Amino acid sequence: MTDIIIHCAVALLFPPLLLGVIGKTKAAFAGRVGAPYFQPYYDLIKLFRKGSVFSETTTWVFRAGPVVTLSATLIAVLLIPLGRHAAPLSFSGDLILFAYLFGLSRFFTTLAALDTGSSFEGMGAAREATFSCLAEPTLFFALITLARMSKSLTLSTILTHPTLATWLAAGSSMLLLSGALFIILLAENCRIPFDDPNTHLELTMIHEVMVLDHSGPALGIILYGAALKLFVLGAIFVNVALPVATGDPLTDWAIFIVAMLALAMAIGIVESVMARLRLVRIPQLLIGATILSAFAMLLVLR
Amino acid sequence: MWGSRGGAFVFFPADPTTCLLVAATIIAFSGVPGLLLNRPALGQLIAALCIVAASILGELGVIALLSGSPASTCRIDWPLPFGPALLSVDLLSTLFLLPLFLVAGCASIYSVAYWPAREKAGAGKLTLFLGLFAAAMVVVVMARHGVLFLMAWEVMALSAYFLLTTEQQSSEVQRSGTVYLIATHTGTMALFVMFSLLRGTSGTFVFPLSHSISQAAPAASIIIVTALIGFGGKAGLMPLHFWLPGAHANAPSHVSAMMSGLMLKMGIYGILRTLSFFDVLPDWLGWLILLIGTWSAIIGIALAAAQRDLKRLLAYSSIENVGIIFIGIGLGLVGQRTNNPYLVICGFFGAFIHIINHGMFKSLLFLGSGVLIHGTGTREIDRMGGLARRMPVTSPLFLVGSIAICGLPPLNGFVGELFLYVGAITDGIVDPLPLAALIAPVLALVGGLAVISFVKLYGIIFLGTPRSEAASHSHDATAAMTGPMILLTVGCLVTGLAPVLLVRLVTPVVIFFTGLAFPDIVRVTSQVPLVPLTIVNIMLIFLALVIGVAYLLRLRTSPRSLGATWRCGYLEPTSRMQYTGTSFSEMAVGLLGTIVSPSIRRPGLATPIPTAQARFDYTVTETVLDRILTPTLQWVGLAFSHLRKVQNGQLHIYILYIFATLFILMVWPL
Repeated sequence: MTDIIIHCAVALLFPPLLLGVIGKTKAAFAGRVGAPYFQPYYDLIKLFRKGSVFSETTTWVFRAGPVVTLSATLIAVLLIPLGRHAAPLSFSGDLILFAYLFGLSRFFTTLAALDTGSSFEGMGAAREATFSCLAEPTLFFALITLARMSKSLTLSTILTHPTLATWLAAGSSMLLLSGALFIILLAENCRIPFDDPNTHLELTMIHEVMVLDHSGPALGIILYGAALKLFVLGAIFVNVALPVATGDPLTDWAIFIVAMLALAMAIGIVESVMARLRLVRIPQLLIGATILSAFAMLLVLR
Repeated sequence: MWGSRGGAFVFFPADPTTCLLVAATIIAFSGVPGLLLNRPALGQLIAALCIVAASILGELGVIALLSGSPASTCRIDWPLPFGPALLSVDLLSTLFLLPLFLVAGCASIYSVAYWPAREKAGAGKLTLFLGLFAAAMVVVVMARHGVLFLMAWEVMALSAYFLLTTEQQSSEVQRSGTVYLIATHTGTMALFVMFSLLRGTSGTFVFPLSHSISQAAPAASIIIVTALIGFGGKAGLMPLHFWLPGAHANAPSHVSAMMSGLMLKMGIYGILRTLSFFDVLPDWLGWLILLIGTWSAIIGIALAAAQRDLKRLLAYSSIENVGIIFIGIGLGLVGQRTNNPYLVICGFFGAFIHIINHGMFKSLLFLGSGVLIHGTGTREIDRMGGLARRMPVTSPLFLVGSIAICGLPPLNGFVGELFLYVGAITDGIVDPLPLAALIAPVLALVGGLAVISFVKLYGIIFLGTPRSEAASHSHDATAAMTGPMILLTVGCLVTGLAPVLLVRLVTPVVIFFTGLAFPDIVRVTSQVPLVPLTIVNIMLIFLALVIGVAYLLRLRTSPRSLGATWRCGYLEPTSRMQYTGTSFSEMAVGLLGTIVSPSIRRPGLATPIPTAQARFDYTVTETVLDRILTPTLQWVGLAFSHLRKVQNGQLHIYILYIFATLFILMVWPL
């Protein structure tokens, strides 16, 4: 019970901090002080209190987009085990539902973008749909590999199964998996090298351009949903790449939080030292990640 | 479950076979009053009412059979030299009859408003053949005799031809009609071979009992291969799919709905029925079907993403869905050969559930496409736009269909795919060499491409601003058209929220087809999250409602203003500047490269200042039809044109031919 409460509290309150840490890391690399760690929270509060501007072209689909996306992501959060603790909602076969919830949220995000009738948002929607389509098989290769290791169809078992012993026994496979999952994490959350969340040129953006027309509370919902998505995919990565379990529930929670913050810093570092890839290169990297995860699956077959 | 077999709980007192035959007869003759009456509108209405009544009767028969009442066998002693014809119905038939009556009833109501006899020519013909088409399909599923089966099959194929050539003035319709006719008869040829060999093996045209033919029978492999060709062509499997996009696109929309939702399934029925004759199936068959299914699914949806024609997109997506169904059947067959019950059960459950689901959501989308064509007068996706405001009823119904066909929760399309995923991933866990597990990433890719196709379809058609004059003056359809669509939408929603219903419906069929015991099945299906899926779906909808209401309340209390869409500083936007469907899918199509390869003609820009009128053309060609079959057949036609010299119209030469033939036959040493 305590774990469920902590799970919900961490999942609901913690994600925006990740964005703050990424921003601070990038600022440190650029030699700036940067916005405070809690800036994303202030932004969200500000956005929820603001009024909205709607385009005359838009319909109810535009308003439903952020709502459905956030709902699907919230359900996905409930399916993911955090810090070696089983998820509140866990059943055999939940990994498939998990992957498809992201599909549902993507469906609505892209539709909301098309609802504005702007070609820039159309462009972003097309890119998002295409790149996610390439990222999807990677996730399934990774999940099959992990499912084979843990002999289970339940996310909570699959993701809490990797331990240091697993790493020692099947290190190469785990390394490939972590690499592939990290690439997916960056791609699905539209971070550098796939997309630059701070870019100022609509033509080159992916995610940010899709939400150009959203304002006020809707933008807040989208921003919060994006932080949640980063949190969910980050949690998968942390469970696989940093499988530290002490057995003490509270210590495990603390380790998880620290690991997530470290992951946010790592993303910040990647964003600081790398440039955005050219748009035509992105599919190559994504297919590369698919092949990495396919290799990982091949290696566990031995 | 549905009560024990043997009639402990009999839902409906009458015999299912009688029930279904009466329904089929009523449907078959439903168009006749329209031909006799001189008020065509009345005839059409009578036909629609007849079909609806017969459909309800038929569904009752199906439910009676599912609930365990035994079906009799109807015997027709006809004067033909093939032995008495038998008609019966079993659980495998119910799987196909269930969507058949639903969609036929919906299509008949829809046709009254879509093709009103008062305004449009050819309504009498359309009504007559619609009834014949539906009734022929019922008989196909019920026939237990090779010759009767082929007769019903031909009535089905030919009435589909007459239905799809309703608008026969258009040359495109004529061409696709001819292609369809050639394709379907080539398939029937393969079926002639198959049924002849089957008669040679079993000694009679009456269908052999399940599992009664040994795999060692000399003709076994040929029977299976000819069935795959003949029935696979009808189902739209690659590479025999080439007739399908043109036929589905050019038929009236309710006919497209029936062709896609029902007629393709007859091909699947044929294959399943043929496979059920054999005791064991060859090892290669499962893998072959799995391979063909994967190929059809990936290429079908890749081609769908590239389409500009609303109905062609839906048609290619039918190929994808048939591919998914065959992936399920393939998994099941592979499982049977490798003794993996989880693959057998997940594969067949996935396939059978998808058969029912596809019948619902694809028919819904095709009926929806009829509303769009009615309202805008075009099938070009890129000439529509902004229809969500102009069609407030059709728009959400079409959205439900689009989400369902992408296989996304909380709708029914997800349920079938869920079984396939569970089967594939379980294989990944337990199989030493998990080849079947590769289906999971393949399905993920197909799902991703489906999202591209259907976001494009819904987004470009219904959202944004109208891209043409016609689209801006479009209007929603009448209740006779939206009513059937609402019924199908409710079907998608209910089965999506309560997948247990589908599983209950399909369980007896799976037991019947695989011969596995009920406890074995439950052991595997308990691994598939059916009840949790319901809970999660309800949570999802509840959460969306709560967040939605909170958001709307917030909007009420906060300042709100309307403005133009942010165009990045551009001041005078026109609706032509919006992203089109072609541009939306361009990136994905570019990545798919050789699979799709649209032919693009760009305006020549040789000089710095272009002088001639510039034109950009983007056409997606059908590789099998346009690049392989048509050139080859043209070449064959050219070669055979030399033979025509023999036929010169001079009587004495013809008499000489006869003499020469007789002479050779007499001299030939026999």
